[in-house]
Amino acid sequence: MPVPAASVIGFALSRLLRRIAAHKPAILGRLGAYQSARFLIDVIDGPALLLIEPQAQRITAWSRKRPLPPHDAAIRGQLAAFLAMLHGSEDGDALFFSGDLEIAGDTSAVLAFRNALDDAELDLTEELATLSRSPFDGWLRRAFALAESRTGYPLTRQEI
Amino acid sequence: MMMELVCPAGTPAALRAAVEAGAHTVYCGFADETNARNFPGLNFSREEMAEGIAYAKARGAKVLVAINTFPRAGAQALWHRAVADAKDAGAHAVILADPGLIAHAAETHPDLRLHLSVQAAAANPDAINLYAESFGIRRVVLPRVLTVEEITAINREIDIETEVFAFGGLCVMAEGRCSLSSWATGLSPNMNGVCSPASHVAYVEQDGQNEARLGGYLIHRTPKGAPAPYPTLCKGCFTAPATASGPAQTGHLFEDPVSLDATELIPRLQKAGVTALKIEGRQRSRAYVAQVVRAFRAAVEAAETGAPMPTGLLARLTEGQSATTGAYAKTWR
Amino acid sequence: MDLTIGPIAFFWPAAQLRDFYQMIAATHARRVVIGEWVCSKRLPFWQNEIPQAIECLTAAGKEVSLSTLALITLKRERRQAEELFASGVPVEIADLGVLKYLPEGAAFQVGPTVNVYNEGTLEWLARKGATRICLPPELPLASVTTLAQAGLAAGVAVEVWGHGRAPLAISGRCYHARLHERAKDNCQFVCGEDPDGRDVETLDGQSFLTVNGVQTLGHAHTTVALQMAELQAAGVASLRLSPHPGDFAAIVDLYDRALQGLTPGSETMTRLRELMPQASFADGFLDGQPGLREAG
Repeated sequence: MPVPAASVIGFALSRLLRRIAAHKPAILGRLGAYQSARFLIDVIDGPALLLIEPQAQRITAWSRKRPLPPHDAAIRGQLAAFLAMLHGSEDGDALFFSGDLEIAGDTSAVLAFRNALDDAELDLTEELATLSRSPFDGWLRRAFALAESRTGYPLTRQEI
Repeated sequence: MMMELVCPAGTPAALRAAVEAGAHTVYCGFADETNARNFPGLNFSREEMAEGIAYAKARGAKVLVAINTFPRAGAQALWHRAVADAKDAGAHAVILADPGLIAHAAETHPDLRLHLSVQAAAANPDAINLYAESFGIRRVVLPRVLTVEEITAINREIDIETEVFAFGGLCVMAEGRCSLSSWATGLSPNMNGVCSPASHVAYVEQDGQNEARLGGYLIHRTPKGAPAPYPTLCKGCFTAPATASGPAQTGHLFEDPVSLDATELIPRLQKAGVTALKIEGRQRSRAYVAQVVRAFRAAVEAAETGAPMPTGLLARLTEGQSATTGAYAKTWR
Repeated sequence: MDLTIGPIAFFWPAAQLRDFYQMIAATHARRVVIGEWVCSKRLPFWQNEIPQAIECLTAAGKEVSLSTLALITLKRERRQAEELFASGVPVEIADLGVLKYLPEGAAFQVGPTVNVYNEGTLEWLARKGATRICLPPELPLASVTTLAQAGLAAGVAVEVWGHGRAPLAISGRCYHARLHERAKDNCQFVCGEDPDGRDVETLDGQSFLTVNGVQTLGHAHTTVALQMAELQAAGVASLRLSPHPGDFAAIVDLYDRALQGLTPGSETMTRLRELMPQASFADGFLDGQPGLREAG
């Protein structure tokens, strides 16, 4: 079971996911059979584990002190690497090859997940703007700025 | 004339990124087993293909549609439909590998421009001329087993265009003639459009090391946190036990986990009569595509003016983070 | 169904080849394909054996054909292919490009390293003059069935990889030479020291592949011992047996008895294991499974 504090974060993130799914329906199409897969995201410098269930359009935060929730695939790494992949400013394969991101479980599901996100051209800055007043917002924004300055990964979309 | 840059796109977003970054031409495939990058979450629906082609055309770029697997016996209609749909979507050309499919395309769509995929493994002038004369093929993508000297010699004996790989994943085996993947997984590039498919990959942590397995077979083992290449079979780490011919050897017996970077050879390839440079990587992200295309666009422009080739721009994007000029240098063999 | 002996994949001394074909002449194999299909550098060492082998096998009533190389890149290799067609002996092509040298109206055979995956390609080859095609080893039974039927209609006999280490890949690079830190051009013919290829294992000691110069083979011997009834029903004309060292005549005899219905599949399997106690056997490809799946 998710811990109460984390469930607030999960609620806010689920809202983000639903928003993204609503205006980028191609993501679910691209996931295909993997819509029903459960993805465990382990941001090692983040406060909790995240379980993403695309079909249910739900993100649940899990305390690290609890046993792992059941999942089909897991991705593990620093927040900066996740954000870079999510935002498309860094290549997922390159992040895997370099060891910045580690994956376990159903590799196909991870690939589908990554490719679907890559095609969606998410602009995290813009998506985050919709999350104002959520308790997660402050933490993520701070982490975001820190990640950007520390890694040099550009996290705000630039027009080419 | 400036060398044509042929760039990969696994998604509509990557196609747009490639065009914006300066690709002259983009190649992509339909989201099914008709193309050799039939990976989860990748490729184009019919609608996305038509939109992608329109987007490219509006910006002066061309789109090639790869239908480069070998049609399954009894199910050829799926591949025939892909050719017809690519043509209807406005593709500049289709990239084909199977002689039966090429014969069908030449007969059914006489006006459709045909390119010979690297998967056809046409590695000498006789094979290339056979395809050119039998089917009116207009361009051949040369196998990655050839040296620059051999490419020069081939171009002297053929009169269709040649396209060669300049960057990306490197096949060490003759492409389209490799069943290593189906030996271990039952799925092959020729039949299923996948090599060492992710569905059969498992990463396992064992005694503080990361193990990558394909179909249950250990392909390589790396210390935790170290660069971990994708377990492509021919780039795995294996042991050859001692025999009459020599002592036991352990290592990357087929190929090191490096990727091809032929930037420095661009002037020589141009002189060898090569029309187009191909960048591998439809499975890579739009970020990768944009960075590689931008670097190569600069390189082909530099080659035009005789300026030196830029170096080392793309190291971070390569597998295992080292690069080779591959078979283009004879010592590779 | 009958039996075809494929060309020898390995680099054997001339004397071993001579003995081998004399042994084959005494078997019930219907036809024999001779030739160097892996590396052109080996050919000068044994090409003088070819006329003698043809004579000996023809005298024993076998159909004999000559194989081209599977990967042709050099001028010298193209010339060799041209000479094969000029010899008047039927040719088995192992690379499509050699069709350029096919004399007008001549018939030819197609080896397992040419990609024949579907009816369209089979029919195109038939129009060019193909009379016999050995299918790529990775094809599943459903494809084999469709192709065998298409072959019947087009006058092409369809052959299937029946026994031996399956050819999985061919490269411009020589892995045998690489194992000795030599380049292909300076290989010193080191593959000749491994007459059954050199084994490649995974890091945890599982048998996996076999390296044979520029060619990569499966480590396990592919066998259709347990799938012969299905192949017969599919309309397959012949099984290809790929030579390896040892008592190969006994192997040919074993498959011959199985074809005549004298030995059931399970017994053929048992006998195979007795005849080749060091070997492992695989039969996954026909079932659409990993090719290395253990037989039985």
